[in-house]
Amino acid sequence: MKANCWYGRQDVRVVNVPDPKILNQGDAIVKISSTAICGSDLHLYNGFVPAMESGDILGHEFMGEVVEVGSEVKKLRVGDRVVVAFPISCGRCFFCQNEKYSLCENSNPNAWMAEQFFGHSPAGIFGYSHLTGGFAGGQAEYVRVPFADVGTVKIENGFTDEQVLFLSDIFPTGYMAAENCNISRGDTVAIWGSGPVGQFAIRSAFLLGAERVIAIDRVPERLQMARDGGAHTINYEENDVYDVLMQLTGGRGPDSCMDAVGLEAHTPGPLHYYDRVKQALMLESDRPMVLRQAILACRNGGTISVPGVYGGFIDKLPMGAMMNKGLTIKTGQTHCQHYFKPLLQRIANGEIDPSFVVTHRMKLEDAPKGYDKFLHKEDGCIKIVMTP
Amino acid sequence: MATRPADRPKRVTVRGRSRSRTFASSTQGEPARGLAITPATSQDGAMSQEKGLANGLGVFGIGLGLAELLVPRRLARTLGVPSEHHRLIRAMGAREIASSVSILMQRTPTAGVWSRVVGDLIDLACLGAVSTSKRSDRRRLAVTTAAVAGATVLDLVCAQQLSRGVRTRNGKMPITVSLVIDRSPEDLYKHWRKFSNFPSFMKHVKSVEIIGECRSHWVVAGPLGTIVQWDAEITEDQPNERLAWRSVEGSDVDHSGRVRFEQAPGGRGTMMTIEMQYGPPGGTLGSAVSAWFGEDPNQSIKMDLRRFKQVMETGEVITTDGQSAGRSASTSMKYDPAVRR
Repeated sequence: MKANCWYGRQDVRVVNVPDPKILNQGDAIVKISSTAICGSDLHLYNGFVPAMESGDILGHEFMGEVVEVGSEVKKLRVGDRVVVAFPISCGRCFFCQNEKYSLCENSNPNAWMAEQFFGHSPAGIFGYSHLTGGFAGGQAEYVRVPFADVGTVKIENGFTDEQVLFLSDIFPTGYMAAENCNISRGDTVAIWGSGPVGQFAIRSAFLLGAERVIAIDRVPERLQMARDGGAHTINYEENDVYDVLMQLTGGRGPDSCMDAVGLEAHTPGPLHYYDRVKQALMLESDRPMVLRQAILACRNGGTISVPGVYGGFIDKLPMGAMMNKGLTIKTGQTHCQHYFKPLLQRIANGEIDPSFVVTHRMKLEDAPKGYDKFLHKEDGCIKIVMTP
Repeated sequence: MATRPADRPKRVTVRGRSRSRTFASSTQGEPARGLAITPATSQDGAMSQEKGLANGLGVFGIGLGLAELLVPRRLARTLGVPSEHHRLIRAMGAREIASSVSILMQRTPTAGVWSRVVGDLIDLACLGAVSTSKRSDRRRLAVTTAAVAGATVLDLVCAQQLSRGVRTRNGKMPITVSLVIDRSPEDLYKHWRKFSNFPSFMKHVKSVEIIGECRSHWVVAGPLGTIVQWDAEITEDQPNERLAWRSVEGSDVDHSGRVRFEQAPGGRGTMMTIEMQYGPPGGTLGSAVSAWFGEDPNQSIKMDLRRFKQVMETGEVITTDGQSAGRSASTSMKYDPAVRR
């Protein structure tokens, strides 16, 4: 089959690879109908994530039709149309039982490695380096899905692929990030990053009762899409974000601040170069500019929500501001499976149509061009969906 | 999930000691008393190989440092270094003594040994700088450099082992690994007691054959592709609580181990603790070198226990061996040794 594989920094290629097989009896093989490129895939593309090996198949946002099941699969049958969650979860350990699926203790065969970085290993993830288990990803024609009963949701209504594909990652991610903002009715939420996750976070924040959402970015198409979702927007290249937020909130600051940007943050001015130099010298692995801004801008007693992916260490975090202002930080990789049913219900109710976020469609063969376009945000690119 | 009647007193075993104490559970109205937890390794009186090596290096450093401080010019001639650098040699002497004092006076010599490593690297750099000078005795300098390089390796090995927390006594390293598993102690004991199950989750164990009530024959993959075989006997067997085994007298391998099954706090399953005495071939030096090649017995046992947890909680060990990939091997040779059988 054809699959999009990683071969080095900014080097992905669609090559012929063997078809996947059932390796554990809880597996299912899914024939992929649609697959997407995630913002976090760009960290792999740019070489920020360690433990990548030439030939790793990328992709963790995908859906399709079940074509084979292992002997221990009870809930799925051949022919079922499913969306697959990006974290791989056993459903049986302490964390899965508490619906914290992205923290599964049994799904990372390389737990020993992640433990050295993080203290404990989180769940395995599709197509996201050997730190998370080295599982083959879903930017391909077929994919092997471990613990298939736990990691999939059946699509029985006549939704299009683009309406439900994002249940695999970005819609639950934006929604959980909004939940993590501890939103009360009437709150103002500031969201740094108007990429696809930010876009879903904006709409989720309104669904969860926020009165105002302020989106911060610099790309005109993304700011426009944010406004289409009801947010006020700040272009950080033209304005001082802190000053504008103070004006908008009467000097108090937003009730919650969300970092939907992550480790490759960008900021205009010399501070950006401080962090880039530190990264090059390996004194810092991630760039925390957005996190710093969020901590300083957030109102006293407010909440910082961090869906943005970080991998290593940051420098100069305003811990004094955090402590003295009494802030709460809530973070985490999304517990996707927990959100499958409620978000599918919201889609069915017509409360949200996730396909709004798609700006480009292409064939799987063009994945390398897609990565390049997505990275440089060319041509108004916000979200690319590929079909094999 | 495993449950226990709330009024039964909790039994807690303090690691490293053979007796167990029973504490009143807090539900009976009396607060339970806390324990001072100390790892078994620090309770033995005997000095570990690593500390012994560190002390040796400390004493050597004092000797060398005194020579560098008191007779720098004569020492320079012996080493093949131009004697015009006598002031620098004096400074090195002071540094050697400072490192050695740190090693010999501190309870944990780890920082002191690492400072020796840094000092060795500085020494090597200086020797490199002086090697181009016409006033050096090239032959002697070569010998000196080789000696310093050897000392660097020894310092590095010692510092590495101390940092890793390895404490080898009588040729044995104690390994303790704990994991909480969401099954009852009875279920875990039953599966563990059937030693023939071991190859399904223990990577290095090729086969275990039961040859009697208390005896079993083990075939295990050793380092560098060797196969090691021995007979083991059960020395203690308290069903659902404790199991201890030991290699039979006269075996090729001297190996003993113990596993405990205890209720985890909060009723959250069972805490399994494996304690083993592992005799690395080549002592602490051998263990350090194999760590460079990715062989760490502590890590291996922990991964084996993790796989046991997978089997008990999910029914099988998750694998990626045989999956699709855009290269000749399905898994990464570098990153996935835990996955490949």
